[in-house]
Amino acid sequence: MELQAVLMAAGGGSRMTDLTYSTPKPMLPVGNKPLMWYPLNLLERVGFEEVIVITTKEVQKMMSTDPKMKPDVKMKMEVVCVPEDGDMGTADALRHIQQKIKTDILVVSCDLITDVALHEVVDLFRAHNATLAMLMSKAYEFTETVPGQKGKKRTAEQRDFVGVDQSGKRLLFMANEADLEDGLSVRKSIIRKHPRMHIKTGLVDAHLYCLKKAVVDFLTENKSISSIRGELVPYLVRKQFSNAVNSQKVKDDSEDQTQKNNEKLLISSRDESLLQLAQERSCWNDHRGDMCEAYHGGKLRCYVHIMDQGLCYRVNTLAAYIEANRQAPKLFDEPPVHSSAAISERCQVGSDSIIGAQCQIADKTSIKRSTIGVSSTVKERVKVTNSIVMHGVTIEEGCNIQGSVICSNAIIGRGADLKYCLVGNGQRIEPEVSRDQRMG
Amino acid sequence: MCNSCAFYHFAAVFVSFNHLLHGFEKTGGIERAKSEGKELTKEEKQRLRKEKKQQKKNKEKKDDRASQESGREKQGVSSAASAPQPSAQSAAQKAPSAVPAPVPVPASEAPAPAPAPADKPAKSKAELKAERRARQEAERASKQGKKGDPGQPGAAGKPKAPASELQPVVKRLPEHIQVDNPDVLKKLAKKLERQQTPGQNSAKKIPLRLDYGYKVSLFSHLHQYSRKAPLTQQLSIPSTVIHPAIVRLGLQYSQGIVAGSNARSVALLHAFRQVIRDYTTPPNEELSRDLVNRLKPYISFLNQCRPLSASMGNAIKYIKKEISNIPSQCKEEEAKSKLLHCIEWYIKEKIILAAKAIAESSIEKISDGDVILIYGCSSLVNHILCEAFEKSRKFRVIVVDSRPRLEGREALRRLVQRGISCTYVLISAVSYILPEVSKVFLGAHALLANGYVMSRVGTSQIALVAKAFNVPVLVCCETYKFCERVQTDSFVSNELDDPDDLIVTRKGRTQLENWQQEPSLGLLNLVYDVTPPDFVDLVITELGMIPCTSVPVVLRVKNVDQ
Repeated sequence: MELQAVLMAAGGGSRMTDLTYSTPKPMLPVGNKPLMWYPLNLLERVGFEEVIVITTKEVQKMMSTDPKMKPDVKMKMEVVCVPEDGDMGTADALRHIQQKIKTDILVVSCDLITDVALHEVVDLFRAHNATLAMLMSKAYEFTETVPGQKGKKRTAEQRDFVGVDQSGKRLLFMANEADLEDGLSVRKSIIRKHPRMHIKTGLVDAHLYCLKKAVVDFLTENKSISSIRGELVPYLVRKQFSNAVNSQKVKDDSEDQTQKNNEKLLISSRDESLLQLAQERSCWNDHRGDMCEAYHGGKLRCYVHIMDQGLCYRVNTLAAYIEANRQAPKLFDEPPVHSSAAISERCQVGSDSIIGAQCQIADKTSIKRSTIGVSSTVKERVKVTNSIVMHGVTIEEGCNIQGSVICSNAIIGRGADLKYCLVGNGQRIEPEVSRDQRMG
Repeated sequence: MCNSCAFYHFAAVFVSFNHLLHGFEKTGGIERAKSEGKELTKEEKQRLRKEKKQQKKNKEKKDDRASQESGREKQGVSSAASAPQPSAQSAAQKAPSAVPAPVPVPASEAPAPAPAPADKPAKSKAELKAERRARQEAERASKQGKKGDPGQPGAAGKPKAPASELQPVVKRLPEHIQVDNPDVLKKLAKKLERQQTPGQNSAKKIPLRLDYGYKVSLFSHLHQYSRKAPLTQQLSIPSTVIHPAIVRLGLQYSQGIVAGSNARSVALLHAFRQVIRDYTTPPNEELSRDLVNRLKPYISFLNQCRPLSASMGNAIKYIKKEISNIPSQCKEEEAKSKLLHCIEWYIKEKIILAAKAIAESSIEKISDGDVILIYGCSSLVNHILCEAFEKSRKFRVIVVDSRPRLEGREALRRLVQRGISCTYVLISAVSYILPEVSKVFLGAHALLANGYVMSRVGTSQIALVAKAFNVPVLVCCETYKFCERVQTDSFVSNELDDPDDLIVTRKGRTQLENWQQEPSLGLLNLVYDVTPPDFVDLVITELGMIPCTSVPVVLRVKNVDQ
């Protein structure tokens, strides 16, 4: 077997607590499907047959009991539960399932919605015998007004500085603004080997990584690393150019723990002698201009595939969630209006709206650019525009809902007028209420 | 031309027999001639009119004729059929004519009251014999006709001699040089479908890689793939149909990461080692047979990623032979370790030790003060030069390079790293620097059975110019690259690389960016060419220094050994 898929679905959704305080993030409906369904669908489409899902007990319960929450994929899902309260980072989770991992792994985050051709990432991993291959995408500017946010102010997101080489595939440098106190410093060894480096800041990390099995073994030794994105990836990128890596010494007698760990990583990423022979005889080099052999003799290599076309969203903020709801229907072939929804003839449902199963849409309603969840009821003369209505919601007559997000099981009273609001789970909105949260 | 010959022969036969049946054949012949765009001469048109009249008359007379006459006619027809056929077409046309011959006869027999019932049993025996003979001739003729036909729409640009009708056996062309024949492509697709790994359901199969871009007409019979459309696009990601080591290898081949004859063979054997290590014999199967079947789809996969080289072909033959020679009572672990050992032995002896032996012989040929010219990046030639430098020979090297691969840069880097003084030129400057050169060392991709050297495109140019300047040309080649093929030109069998490699951006402008929109523009990126043995002075192999024409002797000796 070549690759094992691991889906990280234990995240909390700390940047959209309004939505996630009642529904765990992997189960948030996007286009009437749970968020988890999208990465699972991606894996299934490219041919994976098994996936290890790391999630919390709550999500596991929801998956098995709640029919509308159940992601209907044909793959065999092995669910591993981790405690919710602990600060279990993604790397800690990998350490937890170390016994199950037999080959190289493909780690995907549950909030990734993308239509990338996955073979591009995996081909980099295979062809160059890389230790890490990841996916990044040009960041998308969310222009829609986000409900519940007073005014247009956004918290300054910490930028990521990503350095790639001339070909745009080899990852040379990765750092987050938060870690750089006084300016960006680049090691001379990197510049000597790759004199031309392109540093990009407008990229979003898709949290899709191909990792060698040796890295998982390395993690079990090195318990200080707890997050893949935050610590492991920058560590591996740095280690590509570390002097210890390129030294010719085979056995290192020092007692230093970090040195020993480096050795482990090295020994397992050292190519076999035949492969070495093949590389020597091959007339290929990944760079030119200096006297070094291919890859500068380095055994640890990190690659990145940067998507410039196509969908790639990480649903970890409210704005992303709303945008994903708009774009997600492109990813599946089901008709936007579910067959079991009872829609009366005299209502207008726009072509870009999604109506879930067992919905009841009454007369004279107008639904444009919106998503109506499963088992929701929309009474007469309601206008829903640009909104997301989750499951089991009741909207009484005469309401006007614009640009809002209505969470599950909420009841909107008669004649309410909501603009850019966020209604929480199970809330009741009094009739004749008018709220506009666009301007603070 | 052969068609018109057939026509005249045909006419001669027709003149000698005025039979109702010939009308049938003649129209067939004229239709064929018409379809091939030949103009009918006046005589032929007259003949056609005559036949049609005859046909009408004969149809009226048919029922009146006695069975005796038709019996005689049939015998005549069958003897005509057995006469040496000048053309396959006439034979094919006679075939359907001979078959309906027996048909009208029984029809005429039944309605017409037998004039002499007493003679009937005797005649019917003769008739039956004649029928049988006619039928046999018809079958034989139709078989010949079938064999002759596919030879003609075969490989374009290949002059197919009309002598094929004289030979009963027509050689089949390999599939990889018949890309413009849609039937061959269909056959290939079917073959790939059938070549699933045993035990898998039919949903999983080896995908067919599609050709890319407009192909220059002279080379339209070869595959042309794009590097941006790898075969892995059509495979599932955790590849279960094909072993992951083979998928990785295929990717490395198609992206050019493993390039060069020796490197490709070594990488192939390394991947096979992993396949053998991970192999388990399924129940009720024998390792010797099952493993070979397991390897077949892998080899087709690799062939689609990049056409196999001659050295790889020989390595595969060797492995298959070793696998089939495993005795059936051998246990699996033993068999596997034996195979792994064989692979190691092959690499050690045929590649590593051979390189050593060749280096030793070549060093004798390098004297102090030599100026050696090399082309491109041949791992063997680089090895030789480095060894010679270690043995403190004083020489300098001129590296000749060519677009679009620019492999000479890599050779230059390796030599300069050792300390050898080098000069670097492009192939367009070869005639300017040749006066300085004392020897030319060339590497080879394969050595063909008629003494031709198949190597990177441009090698034959270098050999030609060197010959013109009377500079000795030495080709270094291990014996495992010797192949039984015979080729005299570079068109018939070659490899077409990605045409987009020829696109270059200078000063921010890419002129050939939209080459696909130009209807009459084709980009050609050839990989190999063949050098005739007249331009090569010596071939240095591990068996010694032989002239180019001794290659078949070496091959014969190798076959005897094995």
